[in-house]
Amino acid sequence: MKYVDEFRNAGLGKALSAQVVAIVEPGRHYKIMEVCGGHTHTIYKYGVDDLLPANVELVHGPGCPVCVIPMGRVDDAIAVARRPEVIFTCFGDMLRVPGSAGTLLEAKAGGADVRMVYSPLDALRIARQNPDRDVVFFAIGFETTAPSTALTLMRARAEGIANFFCFCNHVTIVPPLRALLESPDLRLDGFVGPGHVSTVVGARPFEFIPKDYGKPVVISGFEPLDVLQSVYMILQQLAEGRCEVENQYTRVVPYDGNPKALQAVGEVFELRPHFEWRGLGFISQSGLRLSPAYRDLDAELRYPVPGLRVADPKACQCGEVLKGVIKPWECKVFGTACTPERPIGTCMVSSEGACAAYYNYGRFARERELV
Amino acid sequence: MTALGHGALDAREQAVLGRIETARARPIRFHDGQITMAHGAGGKATRSLIEGLLVPAFGSSALSALADAGSLAVENLGLALTTDTFVVKPLRFPGGSIGELAVNGTVNDLAVVGARPLALALALVLEEGLDADLLREEIETIARTARAAGVEIITGDTKVVERGHADGMYVCTTGLGRLDPRATLSPSGLRPGDRILVSGPIGEHGTAIMLARGEFELDGEIESDTRSLWPVVEALLDAAGPGLRCLRDATRGGVASVLNELARASAVAMLVRESAVPIPPAVAGACEILGIDPMYVANEGKLVAVVGPESSADALSALRAVPGCEAAAEIGEVKTDPSGMVLVETAFGGKRVMDLLVGDPLPRIC
Repeated sequence: MKYVDEFRNAGLGKALSAQVVAIVEPGRHYKIMEVCGGHTHTIYKYGVDDLLPANVELVHGPGCPVCVIPMGRVDDAIAVARRPEVIFTCFGDMLRVPGSAGTLLEAKAGGADVRMVYSPLDALRIARQNPDRDVVFFAIGFETTAPSTALTLMRARAEGIANFFCFCNHVTIVPPLRALLESPDLRLDGFVGPGHVSTVVGARPFEFIPKDYGKPVVISGFEPLDVLQSVYMILQQLAEGRCEVENQYTRVVPYDGNPKALQAVGEVFELRPHFEWRGLGFISQSGLRLSPAYRDLDAELRYPVPGLRVADPKACQCGEVLKGVIKPWECKVFGTACTPERPIGTCMVSSEGACAAYYNYGRFARERELV
Repeated sequence: MTALGHGALDAREQAVLGRIETARARPIRFHDGQITMAHGAGGKATRSLIEGLLVPAFGSSALSALADAGSLAVENLGLALTTDTFVVKPLRFPGGSIGELAVNGTVNDLAVVGARPLALALALVLEEGLDADLLREEIETIARTARAAGVEIITGDTKVVERGHADGMYVCTTGLGRLDPRATLSPSGLRPGDRILVSGPIGEHGTAIMLARGEFELDGEIESDTRSLWPVVEALLDAAGPGLRCLRDATRGGVASVLNELARASAVAMLVRESAVPIPPAVAGACEILGIDPMYVANEGKLVAVVGPESSADALSALRAVPGCEAAAEIGEVKTDPSGMVLVETAFGGKRVMDLLVGDPLPRIC
């Protein structure tokens, strides 16, 4: 595949791997967090960490949109989906996330009209085709997917489609990163920054990380060479005593982001005072809801939803996994009570979740050399 | 798992991995409250339905072997019996139709246990309102495909259900075959050092269906690979004889699922070299966009063969001589550790597990 295989080139990977080994300070242990679940997926799928020395440790961060959805929101979604007038649309991964009483997939088998879509525009098309039903779209994701939800809602408004509604769970990446950096139980050396989020918000919002916390950030693409090069660039900053935001993903990410996308998000959404994150608790100004101009399309206001906060199952340590405090396999229920077939926590559901990635791809003994 | 030296997994991680494999090796149980679409997707949920509910209920030894067809001996004559139901949507797609699948699917389930297909039974469930011309064409297709595969349709059944209770038509075929005396195929016969072959490019059927459903607004010139595999099996039996350990038809769940079933049945490991797997560029492109791994995509005319190392070169050249199998390839090797698992050497130079899918392959979010 042209324009893709180039970024999966094993020869270049080997060469970069040798450069990493050469720049690593012998005996020093490095902890680098990849913020985005997409990077976690790439690392496991291609075996990127096989090309790193054992003292360069990759720690998985909170950037998996499915993983951060708390159980109470799944319960709310199921309550809406069960309404007879509703066609409930959502992305595939979300179907398997357990609420306090089952998943959307189970609600579907129980008679709820739940349909998997690949884009919010698919949901809008369903609304157009079913004018006598309410079509609700379960919007999730960071700044990456918020613009496409925003543009879909703008289009619904422009076309005068009156039966399309949004159950909004969009979140923003900076508040949880700040919360993470404030947490005392994590010592990190640098961040592989979220590439897709940055195509929208640009690199500037991450400048507080080197400025206030003294950690390098390298915004990275999602192919294995991208991630490997970004790790190298972080190590290079550390070796040279630099600390700044660098952009490895220049082929896609402009430093100032995408102003048109930001404008659409600004028009359709506003910040919630606070939003609950799975395992991380309430973080202020970290979630989006529909702005006053679009409030009539807000499913949360249209239907009565329980809106209850449901505590995570006691055994589940998703919060600590999302914060990178523990490795997936260090969770008490990992791989035994909690598996991709019967997940207890969200991190075991999405292919971008650290637990699912480790379970599906990384579950075997590796041999890596220390430098 | 072998003990590891410097910089390897720490002992706690090793212990966790050990516990997980112990849990996975236990017989699987079926304790779902209701059937979901995942039970039909060929992954772990399907396995729980088959191994947790059906096999324990019927308890026949032929069924417990979990082969594509059951074997039985009647007065020293080795026979194989299999059945399959076809519920594809759309009924027609680039490269084939439900009728072609219904014949080839069952013929192939016989072929991969080493049985020459003899006869088919055909059952049709038709939906009220089905266009008669469409039915007529499918029946002609079934007749033509059966002739090409060298089987006769000798009995059948028809049922009609009310509109809305079936998707146009469902087809069920049952096949009887005669076991070839040269075939000593068994999923438990794999040995470390054996080679893994595929009979051609993978992922075409599933991708063609996904695109034909029109849900993705993607176009591509990909056709289903539906075909009879008996000529392929015959070529392999000729070339490799007793060196041919086992064959599997890589349908629902794709090559990845087949390899997992074999690794588990034989308590061996499989190592696949990702760069050696033949994947047509159009399939690779469509799967890349959808975030699906072609190794899990269904085929309807590709088999996975495990052959002893001494026969692998002959088997591969015999395969490549069969029309349509020119791109057959050796994609990996049977290993000892980690038992029951399939590992992949990625084209990038890393290594990872290739497990059974949990449910339907789902396109990713972003």
